[in-house]
Amino acid sequence: MDGMHDLGGKEGFGKVDYRPGGPVYHASWHERIHALSSLARRLGIFNMDEYRHAIERMAPRHYLAASYYERVLIGSATLCVEKGCVEHRQLARWSGDDFPLSGAIGPGRLNKPIASTFSIGDVLRVKDEHVSCHVRVPGYVRGKTGTVVGRSPASPFPDASAHDMPALSEPTYQLRFLSTELWPGASEEASVYVDLFQSYLEPCTGAP
Amino acid sequence: MNRAHSSIGDHEEALMSRRVEALEKAFEAKGLVPENYFDEFHVKATQEWSPENGARVVARCWTDTAFRERLLGDAIAAVAELGYSMPEHQRKLIALEDTPNVHNVIVCTLCSCTAFTLLGVAPHWYKDLEYRARIVREARTVLREMGTDLPEQVEIRVWDTTADTRYIVIPARPAYTQGWSEAELARIVTKESMIGVSRLDGIGKAPGADAAEVPDGRSGGRVHG
Repeated sequence: MDGMHDLGGKEGFGKVDYRPGGPVYHASWHERIHALSSLARRLGIFNMDEYRHAIERMAPRHYLAASYYERVLIGSATLCVEKGCVEHRQLARWSGDDFPLSGAIGPGRLNKPIASTFSIGDVLRVKDEHVSCHVRVPGYVRGKTGTVVGRSPASPFPDASAHDMPALSEPTYQLRFLSTELWPGASEEASVYVDLFQSYLEPCTGAP
Repeated sequence: MNRAHSSIGDHEEALMSRRVEALEKAFEAKGLVPENYFDEFHVKATQEWSPENGARVVARCWTDTAFRERLLGDAIAAVAELGYSMPEHQRKLIALEDTPNVHNVIVCTLCSCTAFTLLGVAPHWYKDLEYRARIVREARTVLREMGTDLPEQVEIRVWDTTADTRYIVIPARPAYTQGWSEAELARIVTKESMIGVSRLDGIGKAPGADAAEVPDGRSGGRVHG
């Protein structure tokens, strides 16, 4: 989905609030919600892809204003409600406020079995697809061309897995892009490597 | 007060605590929380998932060429030799070796993925919008703002953690550590250097800053949190 979470390359943000060597958590509830969300995944209440997508489904204004652990909280609580672990109004009664949750989930998409895999050195294009489900393609590489520098073992296809649909596993590839091709005339020189599922990629035919 | 909670005041902090307690109550009501779960999680998150793990990997890589080869070939198997593992869904680990002319830096623009069993739980600034938005597009400026002003000839490689591959930067070994033991070396390797927002070899440091800031691994002083 073209959500607020897809931040790579967005402009206008200021300096990073960088403090080396700080504590792991800045408040006790940070650790508590990290633990609860981790427990929910361990218990199989939701998987990692569902969890990421639940956070992406937060209302954009809420997403931008929330701290990281508030996003963990809202994503986890949303899934616990959707999966029938607790009713929303029960949560709201216990917390004493309206306990905002993420927006409703839509349909995902299935992947097809992979006929053959790509190789290191292949020049590939990221498909120019716009999908409203969970997807792990950052918008900044959509339709762009990169070179395969590595391949990772097969993982479940997130676009299906995040929607509790049967996900076939497929390899992911680390592709090298040039920042100057991702944002021509408006970026600093660097190589940018992105790890992409096979279904997101296609052979690059013809001139770039 | 930092941005991890500067956007919300005490009232909001109290509200967040109540919401987390409400969710916890839902888990408790269903009997889903194992005995001692939170205590055990605390030990994992604050002690077991420590940047000291990654630091040991880096120090071994610096001192043992055969280990370095194995680490660059299959990092998950190599770190297992030191007793470290990663969650099942993290199916590959890639060690990114810095040189005087190459600088690697890690980000997760879509969420906040990291090799947390080796680097520790991701720091707040890594999960902030500013870092995620900017580092892929203006890495040189962002690194400079964070204290590492890389010379023009240093190539920057930004690795966006968009799937279940994880990364660890192997910082370049500082010249002043000739003859140090592996344990002494491990003490100077920081979480920040393994994410790639700082270097240990002095490249990119402001002139004059070096002498005062050379960490002393031999005195046993810790330099990372």
